[in-house]
Amino acid sequence: MGLKGKLHEIKQKYKGKKMAPAFNAIHTFLFTPDETTHSGSHVRAADDLKRTMNTVIMALVPVLVFSIFNAGYQHYSALNGFPEQFSLMEHFLTWKNAWIGIIKILPLLAVSYGVGLLVEFIFAVIKGHEVEEGYLVTGILVPLIVPIDTPLWMLAVAVIFGVVIGKEVFGGTGMNILNPALTIRAFLFFAYPTWMSGDKVWVYEARERSEAILAGATNIDAISGETVLGYLAQNKGAEMAAKYDVWDMFYGFIPGSVGETPTLLILLGGLFLIFSKIASWRIMLSAVLGSLVMGLIFNQVVDMGWITETSKFYGLMSFEFWQHLLVGGLAFGIVYMATDPVTGSQTNRGKWIYGFLIGFLSVMIRVFNPAYPEGVFLAILLMNVFAPTIDHYVLRGNVKRRMKRLQNAVIHPKDTDGKAAELQAETV
Amino acid sequence: MSKDIRIKKGLNINLVGAAEKTTSKAVLSNVYALKLDDFHGITPKMLVKKGAEVKAGEALFYNKNIEDMLFVSPVSGELIEIERGARRRILTLKILADKTQKQIEHSVSDLNTVTAKEIKASLLQSGCWPFIKQRPYDVIADPNTTPKSIFISGHNTAPLAADYNYVLQGKEKELQAAISALTKLTPGKVHVSVSAGGSSPLSGLNGIELHKVSGPHPAGLVGTQINKIDPINKGELVWTIAPQDLVIMGEYLLTGKFNAERTIALVGSSVKAPKYYKTKIGTEVATFLYGSGVHGENFRVINGDVLTGSKSSQDGFLGFYNNTVSAIPEGDDYDFFGWNKPIFNKISATRALTFSWLTPKKKFDLNTNTNGEHRAFVLTGQFEKVFPLDIYPMQLLKACMYKDLDEMEQLGLYEVAPEDFALTEFVDVSKQPHQQIIREGLDLLQKEIG
Repeated sequence: MGLKGKLHEIKQKYKGKKMAPAFNAIHTFLFTPDETTHSGSHVRAADDLKRTMNTVIMALVPVLVFSIFNAGYQHYSALNGFPEQFSLMEHFLTWKNAWIGIIKILPLLAVSYGVGLLVEFIFAVIKGHEVEEGYLVTGILVPLIVPIDTPLWMLAVAVIFGVVIGKEVFGGTGMNILNPALTIRAFLFFAYPTWMSGDKVWVYEARERSEAILAGATNIDAISGETVLGYLAQNKGAEMAAKYDVWDMFYGFIPGSVGETPTLLILLGGLFLIFSKIASWRIMLSAVLGSLVMGLIFNQVVDMGWITETSKFYGLMSFEFWQHLLVGGLAFGIVYMATDPVTGSQTNRGKWIYGFLIGFLSVMIRVFNPAYPEGVFLAILLMNVFAPTIDHYVLRGNVKRRMKRLQNAVIHPKDTDGKAAELQAETV
Repeated sequence: MSKDIRIKKGLNINLVGAAEKTTSKAVLSNVYALKLDDFHGITPKMLVKKGAEVKAGEALFYNKNIEDMLFVSPVSGELIEIERGARRRILTLKILADKTQKQIEHSVSDLNTVTAKEIKASLLQSGCWPFIKQRPYDVIADPNTTPKSIFISGHNTAPLAADYNYVLQGKEKELQAAISALTKLTPGKVHVSVSAGGSSPLSGLNGIELHKVSGPHPAGLVGTQINKIDPINKGELVWTIAPQDLVIMGEYLLTGKFNAERTIALVGSSVKAPKYYKTKIGTEVATFLYGSGVHGENFRVINGDVLTGSKSSQDGFLGFYNNTVSAIPEGDDYDFFGWNKPIFNKISATRALTFSWLTPKKKFDLNTNTNGEHRAFVLTGQFEKVFPLDIYPMQLLKACMYKDLDEMEQLGLYEVAPEDFALTEFVDVSKQPHQQIIREGLDLLQKEIG
């Protein structure tokens, strides 16, 4: 009979029972169901929501793999200094580096998926609907946008908050207003700020060691892993430039949230998502444009001499406008989070406005908030809130066109008594 | 303004099993049936009892709301069954055909002198009136109203649909008669659209506004053409009628007889030799289905094309409005890891490891599997790519789902019929029932606003 037949029998047995959604989630993971069309079109296109989400995950896997090696690379470089003659095979793709990633990042991934899917299963069973696929993407996004030393319990609490408050209270996948992954990130940021910012959270063991040193330990070296933006916010541009060049930023050999650094792989992921027609190129392109425009404005402010080197904004404002895209989470946010179709703008015209403002606001928040020089997640969450408003005005445009046409409508009176035999048009 | 229409947004669904251009005569059917589901929104009142003898063209029932509107028998014979469903709603009327057919004959009037009122009365009593549909609401037209224009689409872009240029050959006289009558029913124009390539018997007719249509499906849908030529506004009425029904109407106007004969296309990958058949409305599907031979037993018979047709069965009957019968395999089987393995043998509008974009000319053998489960709307921007109307499809669907009458009106529900949403339904990764949502929206709007 085989696996297929056995699972089919179990499905029939549990049909309508409380636990059916939980079983179906696993069943449909293995087998696309035997469901046929009932109404409307008798044939359907090949792709479903699972395939859609899977495509996004595929675009994220290279980033995840990179982040596993980068975790070790940043750790050992902070201890021993960056290698003089960098070689990809010798210094980066090593077992030593990967091991740090495996013991730090895979647990984050496991907790994110484990806790998130558990919450989804519980809600599905309580509410009697199927387990929806939205969390498949959220689950891989979450470990990639948190600092590497985030305690697992903290992540678990944040995931529960994000899935319940960010998504399930609105009715589940497709109904939420805020991007669940960013809701989780925002919860972590505002609930545990000391774990989420500063120069001691981005590199494995940095925090642990500094705490030990504070406690009086003398046999260990302190390590620090300041991000590019962190340096700039403290007007230490020269120090930063000595440490990282533009190519480091582009390839991603810099500290930061787990998976936000490899701009090259993010770019390739974005191109893959555009090519596969899953994510909106309008949002990505306009967000890039928006960030460039804001960056240019700041560069201009510096060029005009309106602020001096002593200004606390000088470091970030004088940062080359296009390099904003290479550092921090801007590229990651634009490609994987701004394009979330549920929380983003849903009309094509709205997507241009929505994306542009995300890019624009990201760079603005980044510059004006030196305490935490990362504005992408705040910008996207803010625009999530405004996306329905943008769509509303885009739709009004369509409605207005229709209303204008209505003024020339040709309406004939109803010929109820059968007497109005001659046809007379009446213009309303 | 150019009278020709070029559609860019859309999707051609190339399927295996297009009809070969030869016509056979179908075996005569023993039993003929009228399905009441074909006449959406009509409450029937029976005129004859079970067991009664009727002639071809004799009225079986009338519309409770508009008593002049008669629905007639396609053949002469005995009314052997009135199949009823829940709350005694009539589902199907079955007529056992006579060996020798007897036909009701009406008097023929001169089309040059006849008035609109006389034409309406004549079409109503003959049983030809139900062929005329109206928008908004996509229901049978109300004879007491006057449309601003009448639309006829002579270009069928639906998958595997019957080729009008072929089935209408030699019917110019009937078509002209019907058009001449229709022109008297509207002060506006009678818009006829034909395919940009090929020669259509419709293109030489008098009294029409001819449009040449090109582009992918849904270029041939009358709703697309209305939207591009003369969109419907609130309060306006547009009538539509399918060309194969014009032929029956035209023949009636010329001869006084309701002749239910029609050439249909039998198509689909489950049919061994797909081709055209000459048959009658209400005939048993089996009379031509097995003549062409079928593959296997587990297939679905569809009255109409695979996008908009209604589900029938191997012992079903040809619908009142259909000129295509499709048979495609049922897809009631599981697919191991169907959601993440690369797919080459199914059509997709995306490129998410689906490779139909590599082979745009390939003909596919699709089955009825939904290829996934029903979900809430998630993706955006997918529908717009296959939806050429100046309407926001997802927003309109959502308005129908949460039953906001104002929004339904403002977003353009008056302009659409369920069939306009067949392609968006096809590409939807959330597998929402778009046509059903639109149908329910239209019914609600008609009930509340009228």
